[in-house]
Amino acid sequence: MERIDISLSVNGTTYERSVEPRRLLSDFLRDDLRLTGTHVGCEHGVCGACTVLLDGDSVRSCLTFAVQCDGASIRTVEGLGEIGALDPLQESFRKHHALQCGFCTPGMLMTAVDLLAKYPLSTDDEIREGLSGNLCRCTGYVNIVSAVREAAAARGNDKA
Amino acid sequence: MSGIATAGAADVARPGIVGARVQRREDPRLLTGRGTYVDDRKVDGAVHIAFCRSDRAHARIGRIDAAGARQAPGVLGVFTAGDIDAVARPIRATSNMPDYRATELEPLARGKVRYVGEPVVAVVAENRYLAEDAAGLVSVDYDPLPEVTDPEAALEDRALLHESAGTNVIAAREFARGDVDGAMAGAAIVVEDRFRIRRKTPSAIENRSCLAEFEAGRQALTLHASTQVPGLLRDALAEIFDLPGRRLRVVAPDVGGGFGAKASLYPEEVVVCALAMRLGRPVKWTSDRMEDLTATSQAFDEIVRARLALEPDGRFVALDADVIGDVGAYSIYPWTASLEPVQVVSFLPGPYRLQNYRGRVRAVATSKAPMGPYRGVGRPISTFVMERLVDMAAKKLAMDPAELRARNLVRDDEFPYKSGSGIVWDRSGFQDCLRSALDRFGYAQRRTEQAAARNEGRLVGIGIASYAELTGIGSRISAAPGMPINTGTERATIEIDSTGGVTAAFGIASHGQGLETTLAQIVAEELGVRVEDVEIIHGDSAAVAHSTGTYASRSTVLAGGAATLSARALRKQAIEAASYLLEAAEADIEMRGGVISVAGTDSSITLRELARAFYTEMRRIPKEARESLELSASATYDPFFGTTTGATHVAEVEVDPQTFGVTVRNYVVAEDCGRIVNPMIVDGQVHGGVAQGIGAALYEEVVHDESGQILTGSFVDYVVPSAAEIPDMAVIHLETESPSTLGGYRGMGEGGTIGAPAAIANAVADALSGLDARVNELPITPDRLFRLIRDAEQRKGESRYEA
Ligand code: FES
Ligand code: FES
Repeated sequence: MERIDISLSVNGTTYERSVEPRRLLSDFLRDDLRLTGTHVGCEHGVCGACTVLLDGDSVRSCLTFAVQCDGASIRTVEGLGEIGALDPLQESFRKHHALQCGFCTPGMLMTAVDLLAKYPLSTDDEIREGLSGNLCRCTGYVNIVSAVREAAAARGNDKA
Repeated sequence: MSGIATAGAADVARPGIVGARVQRREDPRLLTGRGTYVDDRKVDGAVHIAFCRSDRAHARIGRIDAAGARQAPGVLGVFTAGDIDAVARPIRATSNMPDYRATELEPLARGKVRYVGEPVVAVVAENRYLAEDAAGLVSVDYDPLPEVTDPEAALEDRALLHESAGTNVIAAREFARGDVDGAMAGAAIVVEDRFRIRRKTPSAIENRSCLAEFEAGRQALTLHASTQVPGLLRDALAEIFDLPGRRLRVVAPDVGGGFGAKASLYPEEVVVCALAMRLGRPVKWTSDRMEDLTATSQAFDEIVRARLALEPDGRFVALDADVIGDVGAYSIYPWTASLEPVQVVSFLPGPYRLQNYRGRVRAVATSKAPMGPYRGVGRPISTFVMERLVDMAAKKLAMDPAELRARNLVRDDEFPYKSGSGIVWDRSGFQDCLRSALDRFGYAQRRTEQAAARNEGRLVGIGIASYAELTGIGSRISAAPGMPINTGTERATIEIDSTGGVTAAFGIASHGQGLETTLAQIVAEELGVRVEDVEIIHGDSAAVAHSTGTYASRSTVLAGGAATLSARALRKQAIEAASYLLEAAEADIEMRGGVISVAGTDSSITLRELARAFYTEMRRIPKEARESLELSASATYDPFFGTTTGATHVAEVEVDPQTFGVTVRNYVVAEDCGRIVNPMIVDGQVHGGVAQGIGAALYEEVVHDESGQILTGSFVDYVVPSAAEIPDMAVIHLETESPSTLGGYRGMGEGGTIGAPAAIANAVADALSGLDARVNELPITPDRLFRLIRDAEQRKGESRYEA
């Protein structure tokens, strides 16, 4: 099958690769770049586990072709904090026990990063609405909402 | 905090680490995308399988044409039943339960197919894209066979799914106690209905995945699998392939949720192993969501006819039930098809005083994915049925449903109490749970508010559900009826290595429960070290001599017990070794926070120094002592019977008369999980369980049409609730320490899912109480709710809708 050359930035590193046009961004990240933090739970755009930021907007990497990202800048969970140096959102998730099996977590985090950048998130309803495109089977969402609520409040303090 | 512990003072660990909100050690890797789930394991040379699955519910397999697929790019081979049979025995779940008929499951279907989604052909190619391309080129001819899809019709055996069984009823059982017919005949009040709960699927967000690697030199096979039961798989695969266990290792690395779906042996796991040996390449299969929704074990599919008889004062006098379990096409290994439906009749009498009970159950094979364990197993259904009957009776008696429960729940002075089905409840807070849940909910106040809302024409309802379950089951009771597998013991081995590091190995397999953290808490507290000093090994069949895994709310009780016993044994030996170094009597030596010291002095050594002295500085401890002591200890714990876990859930819902949607407004759980290891984790388990229970009550349903085609093959059609549907909830822990388990722990991983469907159903029925709507089927989807309301209004002759 024909291949197309693409060049894109992932978490600040530039990658040049030749990919089949049908290759999903999720598979490209996981298999070609070995960035396995981005998970796939449905491959049909419902569960949100595969969420990454594409030029600052959250997208489903299972519904995005790698070739569509030529010239783009991608951010995945590996681009947040690190073990021993979690970022404040990750810390808040940890503190509130907002993850159990951790499989939905990268997608939840990337969605939350997007929400925190764009919306006031002043009510729980707004947070729940914002997270409603990401399924979690373990937590019942209660603690995820708490974690995002705290991150939203801390963000306000930073700005003040 | 009530709580009596029959354990002596010495058995109650020093307060501090156990019971604390210790942050999870799993989190940093999972939060940074550095976890390792099976599909994250990328090995050189790995090839991928795509399965061609049956698109018929019941058909004879004709010609299979794979010529095109074999020629397709990157294909290594196309395999059918005969290729697998040659090296693997079929899967056969046996049981010594009378009236049980084992059904054989071939890893790839042979002769005929029995459900849509059953694997028929395995195509192996260099990667998943190419494997799926080639699978699309395979064509299979099918000759249709008569439908066996409706469980009640299938009872009549007009067409058989398994000819060798001679019937579709592959398991049957009856419990009877007291004089049900006499008590029913003499009762003042009888309530009854036909209840149905529709098929669910556990839907862990990580799909199943497995990777088999065969080392030709050692002739050894390693399977990485997204499973809850690596030990159980190791033992089963050793038999299927006739390999010695020491050359067969099953590892469950990070696992993205299980909920029972990953607690059984699957055909795909056998196929990857068989083909890895045959091809000499690592072979991987990662399920997609459609495969998961069609071919992972399903659950909760029962029809229950039940009646409850009461005295005029509300005392329960008799309960009679007939259960039909739609168990799908095969008896799942190792639990068998009897697991779920038999639990329904076992637990139907609930936490109530009730001495006349008859429960009859038949498990019927139909053309659907096999029924397997799912969070709660049987108890969500038994609780739904019993709690609906209780509310129906309360209405008939014009008694508050909370009061009716209080009159019948087993009281504190009546434990141990033998239930109508023969289960013995140990001392636990049934009445306390009810009281605490109502208090926290503000029951009286909310009833007043509800009345006001009703006056405004709003459909607001309050529902209560109380239940009890057995958890932490020991060797005396089989986790599934008559199953020839030991699920009642756990062993732990704890070792202090030459650097002073502590490693504790277990047979359980944590997949979201945070057992790396909670078991480290128990080991740290019992041994006298810091939590961060303890490494927990789990999910690896090679780490222990025998293991099964994590399921049935067992791991804290069983592995916690084994951790306690082995940590105590190790502590004793470490102190004895230290006595030579500290030149003090053992009785004067204590160990805390990884420091071993002589009480009342400043003489102390660290664990690291002890280890160095023991393993390398050979002159410091006498030879005889070094030979007789070990800085390691193993112990096995068997709770024998297990223990009781009880809870009460209270829910408030509002029904929208325009959209027929149900909104859950308020949710309270009061549960008695015994001694708590980590309250943060316990809360999380309850939240997640309740969310799944709300899904079961309102949203989730596997739908088949009459021909057995599955209509819910995506997350668009199988509706898993999101953050917008699940409310905030309050959780109250009672902590009545179990008198039956070491440490006083009770299992609690499943409870949320057991109480929620019943509480929601009762709340919806209460919201519609003016209509006398029969809330007897779950999930209560908008469509069902519309019909329910329309039918009730028509009965009353006041319908808003055309007939
Ligand atoms: S994997 Fe992309 S939305 Fe589910
Ligand atoms: S933590 Fe398991 S799916 Fe969200």
